[in-house]
Amino acid sequence: MMNDNVLLKVDNLVQYFPIRRGVLQHTVGYVHAVDGISFEVHKGETLGLVGESGCGKTTTGRSILQLYKPTSGNVYFDGVNLVDLKGEKIRVLRRRIQMIFQDPYASLNPRMTVEEIISEPLLIHKIIDSSKTRDRVKELLELVRLNPAYIDRYPHEFSGGQRQRIGVARALALNPDLIVCDEPISALDVSVQAQIVNLLEDLQKEMGLTYLFIAHDLSVVRHISNRVAVMYLGVIMELADRDELYKNPLHPYTTALLSAVPIPDPEIEEKRKRIILEGDVPSPVNPPSGCRFRTRCPIAKEICAQERPAWREVKKGHFVACHFA
Amino acid sequence: MESRNQILEVNNLETQFSTWEGVVHAVNGVSFNLAEGETLGIVGESGCGKSVTMLSMLRLIPSPPGRIVNGSAIFKKKDLLKINEDELSTIRGAQISLIFQDPMTFFNPVLTIGEQVIEPLQTHLNISENDARDRAIEILDLVGIPNPAERLKDYPHQFSGGMRQRAMIAMALICSPQILIADEPTTALDVTVQAQIVDLVKKLRSELGMAVIWITHDLGIVAGLVDRVIVMYAGYIVEEAPVKELYRAPGHPYTKGLLGSLPRLDANERERLASIEGIPPVLYRKASTCPFAPRCPYRIDHCFNENPKLMEISPNHKVACWVDIENRKER
Repeated sequence: MMNDNVLLKVDNLVQYFPIRRGVLQHTVGYVHAVDGISFEVHKGETLGLVGESGCGKTTTGRSILQLYKPTSGNVYFDGVNLVDLKGEKIRVLRRRIQMIFQDPYASLNPRMTVEEIISEPLLIHKIIDSSKTRDRVKELLELVRLNPAYIDRYPHEFSGGQRQRIGVARALALNPDLIVCDEPISALDVSVQAQIVNLLEDLQKEMGLTYLFIAHDLSVVRHISNRVAVMYLGVIMELADRDELYKNPLHPYTTALLSAVPIPDPEIEEKRKRIILEGDVPSPVNPPSGCRFRTRCPIAKEICAQERPAWREVKKGHFVACHFA
Repeated sequence: MESRNQILEVNNLETQFSTWEGVVHAVNGVSFNLAEGETLGIVGESGCGKSVTMLSMLRLIPSPPGRIVNGSAIFKKKDLLKINEDELSTIRGAQISLIFQDPMTFFNPVLTIGEQVIEPLQTHLNISENDARDRAIEILDLVGIPNPAERLKDYPHQFSGGMRQRAMIAMALICSPQILIADEPTTALDVTVQAQIVDLVKKLRSELGMAVIWITHDLGIVAGLVDRVIVMYAGYIVEEAPVKELYRAPGHPYTKGLLGSLPRLDANERERLASIEGIPPVLYRKASTCPFAPRCPYRIDHCFNENPKLMEISPNHKVACWVDIENRKER
């Protein structure tokens, strides 16, 4: 049933978080963080997952790694359903899936040296003799273009970009196949962002890595991804090849999102027509019925409130969830 | 642009901060003008001195550790850095007002939006409670808050992020300022809400005829918004140009580097980003060499001997660089 080329397959994943109130901690409702999403990530590609804050993109990443126990749905990694696995079995598979976090200031323990930080996964998984870890850490530092002489320093001695490189080295320590990059550059300055994007691209080429690249910045996602999925309020609205999605967006949300991104060129900006969406993203505690986007959609009709639009493949590789696409 | 009256002239502004590591030179001789009704963009990365320049101008720098060492800021023939505090209070928040990045922490959580929005009116103008309320409803309506008479009674937590940013703008505009200083007002917002706010400021500045200074790290957002751009690096202005000129022919290697490191939505090919190596410096003394030279791909020996001053390379286009980067030769 599964194509050889598919490394990760997410099948109708649902992740709700209960809201508890009162002394007895009764469940009074649910945050519908991720509400039935399906997609595949192919070996060696970068799948971009974009959306605004609160759309569920980070939760998706964490649910894939089984950091949260999904409410329902399946996550197949290399043909194995991670949702069914427990204990040692999931631990072994997790070596092959690693994560890079958004905040390089919060994701490194300030009391550990670079060597301790990067060697931690090696020691936990006992895959290398402890006498060889120091050499391996130096090798990893070189891989992320940091001076191996920095091995005994602490995180506060590094700039934001350098810290993010340490985070990348830690993720690479176990030779993973898939890396979930959760907003890896949004905490960095513009000129440093480009350094990290280039590094991630180089590493992908050298090591044949597969990325799930989660971000809110459509320009960066366009730059780094082969295919792009657009999320809104817990649901994927559209998924297509990068060029197809950016040239021929079919979902009104994608269209509006793309038109809202400024282009650094005054001549182009002068002529551009913007679609300004009204209002804000509704609360995921009580999402709109039918299509999640209907409350802000410029073309919403009655059917949008009644029926949730089906996830359809309208063209080869171009999926969309809209009644009018 | 030259024919318009200048309403603000900042000359040779210098601000320093005392820290345990030494005196940080945050703003190092910044000079610029602002014309009536003009929109000026100030662009730079964190720590380049763009916010400190604005705060120094209005004497909002916490002191100590901050100290304005030198300079003047002439607004309507008065030097904002010299006039007494009472006189400054009649200007700050009324004729020159500010909006900030974070609409979550800007408002006092235990006062209603209405009480806070009318505060500048009561402070600066002798106006009755009822008139103030009417004016607040009018201004909230202008910034696009639906049902303003009711929403006045809401507390800040009842507003979404975008609405709070609108309310902050309403509060800044309520005394009809001549200059609005916007310090990264959209950085904390989502891109669709950012588009709403930019659209709103564009509409308001033409309706109210005010000048705007827009501070940001994002060269994308200023492209469609401002008339003129100032690029700052390590507390120095390194380039100043009309907006189209800056994007078409950036004269400073740093500006060129910043533009090259931005992935663009309209790029044709998946090209490698032209990143700038290294990180911005923190200056503990005035730069005797070009502060960008260690990261600069165009550097020559001269750059390590003397810090270049701003030089006019074409009408209204000034650059602080020894190298003519287009022809790769020394100026």
